[in-house]
Amino acid sequence: MFTAKIKVTLRKTILDPQGKTVEHSLKSLGYDKISNTRIGKYIEMKIDVNSKEEATVIAEESCRRLLSNPVMEDYEFEIT
Amino acid sequence: MSAKVGVVVFPGSNCDHDAYFVFKELIKADTKFLWHKEGSIGDRNIIILPGGFSYGDYLRCGAISRFSNIMQDVVRFANNGGIVIGICNGFQILCESGLLPGTLLRNINLKFICKTVSLKVENNKSIFTGNFGIKEDINIPIAHGEGNYFCDDDTLTDLISNNQILFRYNDNPNGSIYDIAGIQNIKRNILGMMPHPERASYEELGNTDGIRLLNGVAESMN
Repeated sequence: MFTAKIKVTLRKTILDPQGKTVEHSLKSLGYDKISNTRIGKYIEMKIDVNSKEEATVIAEESCRRLLSNPVMEDYEFEIT
Repeated sequence: MSAKVGVVVFPGSNCDHDAYFVFKELIKADTKFLWHKEGSIGDRNIIILPGGFSYGDYLRCGAISRFSNIMQDVVRFANNGGIVIGICNGFQILCESGLLPGTLLRNINLKFICKTVSLKVENNKSIFTGNFGIKEDINIPIAHGEGNYFCDDDTLTDLISNNQILFRYNDNPNGSIYDIAGIQNIKRNILGMMPHPERASYEELGNTDGIRLLNGVAESMN
């Protein structure tokens, strides 16, 4: 049994108004060193296969086919 | 042949009855609902993907609907030249399905916007816009939180040069690239638009710009 920890984020070229708004709020709390705040999704799932390679293939396909939209999002994951 | 309209119902669709009412009661077309679990659209020759929040908008708007049973047949139908109209959430589903290019991001101001907006008919040489004048201004309501149309520069260039942009906002409410409110595919049988023509179809409600679009599509089957 493996665990996939997946991060889906808006692509760098896409404006993230939610991130901007949150950053504005953080700055109003006094954290003026913060910049480039981006908000994404974190997905964790168990994959019941025998090898890390198989788990990687399944996680990769899941990201590509459903968990992210390549027009607007990037993904990365780790298998443990 | 006459219009046989199928209005797809996903869990969370909420403009399905409005679309059904307009086609059935106002346009007097043969109209049926199609439940998302059905594997076939049957004898329908116009498919409506209605507005709403299919599958709760979980993950991304339209992302789960794309893999529903009925969508497999809708994609087949569309790829064979069948007429498909996606309104609001339906537009998001068409983008997720790859039937239309681009995607719909959160509105630039992060707000859900519900109001009537002014659109310019960018191209009236389509089965969807033949009842309008070129560059005519029409009023259609919007109601969405994720209607900010986005695509890369190459795709935008293609959309413009292929005359695929049918409607543009006169006063861009949501941040859409190039003020895009509605596009068709390159084969010109699929329309996706964020504004709701079915909500601008009753004289009693003071605006019938929307039914001109839906009527034109139904008439194209005669």
